[in-house]
Amino acid sequence: MATRGAFDEIWGHGGPEDPRPEFAALSQWVADTPATELQRRQQSAEAAFRQLGITFAVYGDSDAAERIIPFDIVPRVFLQQEWTRLCEGLVQRVEAINAFLEDIYGERRILKEGLIPPELIYRNEQFRPEVAGIRPPHGVWAHICGIDLVRVGPDEFYVLEDNARTPSGVSYMLENREAMLRLCPELFRDFRVAPVDSYPDMLLETMRSVAPGNNRHPVCVVLTPGHFNSAYYEHSFLADSMGIELVEAADLVVDDDFVWVQTIAGRVKVDVIYRRIDDDYLDPLTFRADSLLGVPGLIGAYRAGNVALINAPGNGIADDKAIYSYMPEIVKFYSGGEAKLPNVETFRCREPQALSYVLDNLGELVVKLVDGSGGYGMLVGPTATKAQIADFRAALTAEPHRYIAQPTLALSTVPTMSDSGLAPRHVDFRPFVLTGSDGVRVVPGGLTRVALREGSLVVNSSQGGGTKDSFVLLEDGPAGQSQSQRQSQ
Amino acid sequence: MLMLSRTAAALYWLGRYVERADFIARLVEATVRLDALSARPAGEAAWQSALAVTDTDDAFAATGQSYTQSNVARFLTLDPSHPGSIVRCLEMARNNARAVRTALTRDAWTAINRAWWLFQNRASTGGATATLNLVEQVKGETRGFEGSIHRMMRNEATWLIQLGAAIERADNTARLVDVKYHLLLPEDEAVGGVVDRDQWTTILQTVSAVTAYRWLYSDGLQPANVIDLLISRFELPRSLAACVEEAVQLLSQLARRTGLQGEADRMARARMARMQKTRTSEVIVSGLHEYLEAFIHENSMLNAAVARQFRFI
Amino acid sequence: MRITIDHRTRYRFTKPQARIVQMLRLTPCDTQDQTVVSWMVGVDCDARLRDATDGLGNAVTMLYAEGPIEEIDIAVTGEVLTVDSSGVVHGSIEPLPPMIYLRTTERTTLGDDLRAFAADSMALAGDPLDRLHAFNAALHIRFPHVPDAADTGLTAAEAFARGRATSRDAAQMFIAAARSFEVPARYVSGYRIDGNAQSAPHAWAEAHVERLGWVGFDPATGLSPDDGYVRVAVGLDALGAASIAGTRIGAGDEELDVALRVSQE
Repeated sequence: MATRGAFDEIWGHGGPEDPRPEFAALSQWVADTPATELQRRQQSAEAAFRQLGITFAVYGDSDAAERIIPFDIVPRVFLQQEWTRLCEGLVQRVEAINAFLEDIYGERRILKEGLIPPELIYRNEQFRPEVAGIRPPHGVWAHICGIDLVRVGPDEFYVLEDNARTPSGVSYMLENREAMLRLCPELFRDFRVAPVDSYPDMLLETMRSVAPGNNRHPVCVVLTPGHFNSAYYEHSFLADSMGIELVEAADLVVDDDFVWVQTIAGRVKVDVIYRRIDDDYLDPLTFRADSLLGVPGLIGAYRAGNVALINAPGNGIADDKAIYSYMPEIVKFYSGGEAKLPNVETFRCREPQALSYVLDNLGELVVKLVDGSGGYGMLVGPTATKAQIADFRAALTAEPHRYIAQPTLALSTVPTMSDSGLAPRHVDFRPFVLTGSDGVRVVPGGLTRVALREGSLVVNSSQGGGTKDSFVLLEDGPAGQSQSQRQSQ
Repeated sequence: MLMLSRTAAALYWLGRYVERADFIARLVEATVRLDALSARPAGEAAWQSALAVTDTDDAFAATGQSYTQSNVARFLTLDPSHPGSIVRCLEMARNNARAVRTALTRDAWTAINRAWWLFQNRASTGGATATLNLVEQVKGETRGFEGSIHRMMRNEATWLIQLGAAIERADNTARLVDVKYHLLLPEDEAVGGVVDRDQWTTILQTVSAVTAYRWLYSDGLQPANVIDLLISRFELPRSLAACVEEAVQLLSQLARRTGLQGEADRMARARMARMQKTRTSEVIVSGLHEYLEAFIHENSMLNAAVARQFRFI
Repeated sequence: MRITIDHRTRYRFTKPQARIVQMLRLTPCDTQDQTVVSWMVGVDCDARLRDATDGLGNAVTMLYAEGPIEEIDIAVTGEVLTVDSSGVVHGSIEPLPPMIYLRTTERTTLGDDLRAFAADSMALAGDPLDRLHAFNAALHIRFPHVPDAADTGLTAAEAFARGRATSRDAAQMFIAAARSFEVPARYVSGYRIDGNAQSAPHAWAEAHVERLGWVGFDPATGLSPDDGYVRVAVGLDALGAASIAGTRIGAGDEELDVALRVSQE
């Protein structure tokens, strides 16, 4: 897949000599700073990340030492008006996700209306009968959403994936900004960049807002599987920056349908748990009985309405790839209007017509496993070998319901340091959207992932992707934090 | 919110394990000296008693090795297979430290981490000089750790580490006196021989009290004085009296913080009140061994009470 | 029929436990075919019991007990009035549609042999209901004696291959096969009169049949349940309907002792 023809977010279609007018100054900065200097700063940032221990372990790579995710020094920049429009779409989408979850685990109006085939819900492992009928405190399900977006033109964004379970990566957004402030202070003099460092405060506010009852001083904790988890750094970073305890399952007990944390002065009642443990491992009495990471009885306390779990168990049904293709209908059903952020066109291979189209056009499509993640179980047609295409053809024919397919998009690029100097590289974007009982908040920034190999479209950190800082420019006033009132359903 | 019990347990055991590693290092150091001064094959007895002090004589016997300096020194310092070696103590200390990394300063963590690294990829202690070098390095790192703890914030993290260290230290000193006293004062033998003198010096060295002894007692090296120093003198940080007092102080600082007092407070205070009335001469007359045995038992009861009070389990 | 139940479960621990959390599915619900006259779940130690309803509509009780606990005795006593409905369940609480019971779980893994056995046994039958009855009868002939015993932890395929089965295994075999023919099927745990002292609750299956709704099939008899049965809990498999799911904090082993008497007044 060539990069030619793709929209570059700074250079536009014109190349380094003819950047988009709004980005002339930034383009100049990139051009004026010697490559060696940029490289030096980049290495310095990566050294700092290593020291801080911002590492991840690659799944399925057992002998690999922990690695850091490569960092690219050239920021990705959103103009204020671009950001504002994007935010409207994000807020609409996340409100719809919350309304969908509330409905699907409650009345199931959307199924009665016949908008989604019921088997896609009931026969989907992501629909959890264990939590059916439970309404989480304040009716909020997806408190933290990471919506993965791609861009193909100045104002053309597509949602690639909704992450409504336990989206990770927000520590990169914050640490990348810290690194940029330290290494490129001149950029922040020349451009007014909306700050992202309020994210921990916003998250804590969100957590407090969903505490059961009207507790003014709820006890909030972050629950981690432990220090061997690949995202442990993020867990401890978030707990530290919110000033709340990082707990493991062994610190928590459930008694009398309440959750307690064991401290040196006795038990303290816990109101809100930001859990970074998957549903399957959350409570051995309800989910996997062999889980050692979970808190026995936690779902009992949750069912009784005595604790808020962030995000709610069972959310996987909202970001499932099989449901994804129905998101435009879902958004319309709950918001009453057309989706402001479109989906990428998606062929549901479970439908015979779609399947035959997909089989005829494998070379141009991206084929994904419905239940895969992290770029595994994926075919990128244009760059795939004949053997890979043949493998997927066989797999698709055998189990079509497990796959969806999408056209390959001309993903936007951002100038990125490469061995041969600055070059355009494809990027995607994950903004973080917080939903509390008091509304939806979007922090002005997010995680930009970049495919470091020329022409590559795979941005996953486990497959050679890197990250960049994401600037949202402030035109006037310290805006940049969009807020809307949550509609009561 | 107050500290998590898991964090508290890790800090307390961090304090205990570092103290234990330090004590074994001193014991090995003093035993190397005693061995050098002893006529052959008396060196064997020196190493046997070192094993008795750390309560690892059975474990060593089970290895089937002979009681030579290199075997016992390796067993006490480098042997990863039994939990009483310095390397294992440091490993446990490091694991506990890692679990509470954010509660420690960088200095404190680095000292533990460096001490642990001293032992990586090391199979034998080498000769006497190499052994002395190794234990000297361990002592250096544990001293560094102690110093960094003193520079930490005066909060429950610091107090819990120090509480662990004080309870461990009390146990170590009591065992040291018990074993050496038994070994050195066979009932039918006169006190004050040459070997005897070296043995007593060994004790003082193990608890870094050679200078303190000279300051406090003017009438030469007397067994009764050494026992008095190690049991009743609050001035000596490693004496039972000092450890007992320190435990009381640390517990009451923690109590002020949590607003709660419990059985550990009561037990520690009762122990201190008894200690203040204790006369060493009376202890010796009525049976030092029985006294120390009771002390060691009470100390482990206090350890259990601390675990219950702060809900370690 | 008036059925009385006396079901005692005792856990004895070799070392005292610091705490115990259990989820009990030991309480039957009223349907048109069974009326719970009285029901008691009691525990012999200082414990807190909280009632709730799970996602499948089962009555669950959360049990929380603080240690040190050396043994815990859970006593269930009750009385239920039943009528014979030829196995058809009327008026049960169904928060989720039958389709949910088409999912397979690890425990209801089918395997080729059981699949072939089920297909064979159904080959001559006509409508779906007959096919299910035929399969149920065939299972009974293949496994004539299925004791009510503690969970074997086996999958349907494994139990079928082993050639010996408990009532739980047989129920799982039934539902695994029914689902493979796109018939929603579920596991039922409850009580059955058979005069003898038993060491575990009974297990059977229910399948969802057009126009009839949920119909019970008991491979232990090869027939449908009659008025000698009390339904207590349903699930996707034996795990999901377990009478007692529990965790304990403490060392040592546990010893389980069950005394169960189901009798007709």
